Amino acid sequence: MLSQILYALPFLAQGFALTLWVSLLVVVFSLVAGVAMGVGLVYGPAPLRWAVRIFSDTIRGIPILVLIFFVYYGLPAVGVHLESFWAAVLALTLFKTAQVIEYLRGAVGSIPKGQSEAAMAIGLTFRQRLTYVIFPQAFRRFLPPWINGVTDAVKGSALVSLLGITDLMQAINQVIGRTYEAMPLYILGALIYFAVNYALSYASRRLERRFAFIRD
Amino acid sequence: MATSSHDNPALLDIAGVSKAFGSVEVLRSVSLKVDKGEVVTVIGPSGSGKTTLLRCVNFLESYDSGSIRIDGKEVGFREAGTRQRRSERDLAAMRAETGMVFQSFNLFPHLTAAGNIMLGLTKVRGKSKAEARQIAEHWLSRVGLAHKADSLPAELSGGQQQRVGIARAVAMEPKILLLDEITSALDPELVGEVLAVVRSLAEDGMTMVMVTHEMAFARDASSRIVFMADGGVSAVGPPKEILAQETTNERLRSFLARFRASHF
Repeated sequence: MLSQILYALPFLAQGFALTLWVSLLVVVFSLVAGVAMGVGLVYGPAPLRWAVRIFSDTIRGIPILVLIFFVYYGLPAVGVHLESFWAAVLALTLFKTAQVIEYLRGAVGSIPKGQSEAAMAIGLTFRQRLTYVIFPQAFRRFLPPWINGVTDAVKGSALVSLLGITDLMQAINQVIGRTYEAMPLYILGALIYFAVNYALSYASRRLERRFAFIRD
Repeated sequence: MATSSHDNPALLDIAGVSKAFGSVEVLRSVSLKVDKGEVVTVIGPSGSGKTTLLRCVNFLESYDSGSIRIDGKEVGFREAGTRQRRSERDLAAMRAETGMVFQSFNLFPHLTAAGNIMLGLTKVRGKSKAEARQIAEHWLSRVGLAHKADSLPAELSGGQQQRVGIARAVAMEPKILLLDEITSALDPELVGEVLAVVRSLAEDGMTMVMVTHEMAFARDASSRIVFMADGGVSAVGPPKEILAQETTNERLRSFLARFRASHF
């Protein structure tokens, strides 16, 4: 079994790198978009709030697999042709963005209104209030669900293999296609995914403890 | 002492301010002038619009009509009479001219006592960290908390938190200080230490408008008392006049009678 694993490793390395790359892109894009839209949802004028609400509810109501197929096979019908890699990244980003919006809304919503008012009263602008008063406090509540979401993104990235992209999952399947030894390879794959996600959760717990001094 | 006729305009000039939440009129054409150095306390039954009026002065609440000016400048709107709100940047700058102390303290829990005071000094007043720290330490010692500069709010008692709240507001050197029932959330034995700080600020000539239920404080420390009822100013005058037993104002008399019955 060890020899099979050693044989497979070089093949898997590239797939693993791609899994990490897809995950990283999705996490970064969805963080930026989700925080911006989440701020719009909490503080924006009514039309913007509705738009974000509809986006978030719609996306979260669709299975992620459907979303991936929709972007890759569906969008060409309206003239949008995306490479399989970018179609997958876009679909996963949309999905994750909707979640980040909700994490942000929950975290910011948990900060008492008096905090904003006190910040207004000393003359801070909206941007300054968010930067120095609201976000530092909301961060502690945002972090745990968000890290959870990041591990979900790593796991969910395995779905890109369905578009024929050679990520870790697809690389594992390819090796199995040659060796017909499914069990050791799937165990190996599971261990790799687990290692990544365990490291993330561990880092999250450390971070949470660092910010635990913020009580309210 | 303030009168209604002025050679120079009042520092705070509230003129005919009305506001409704839906069909409930919380402010009915309220007018009030406050001169530099005056300490005006606002009393009245709950729901009379005291707090709303105070929150309109630094535009934490908007109002439907009328005008509020500080030093001649309209607070929330671009010009008196127009309903055009100031830009976010302008509003922030206007709010920096007034200080506010809240019933629930509202200290920033992630910042130390000094950090709470320094935030506005560095980000709004543009002072260096070192200078802001110096100012923060000065005001913390003024409120008797020099030794708590590096404590987080959660490590302070209610009275201490509120004193930091006052220091945070006055460190910005506001033209006028607004105090919104600042002792209502405190245990009775902590009220005195907070009021002592307010009193010492009054002695320094700080202009203040204070919504309070502390009648003894209103009597001893204010230049004028405003009695509000049903969203309007029902009586204004020096403490002696307002708190006199033989007042002819029916609403005021029943308020004071109820107050005496429950507090003395």
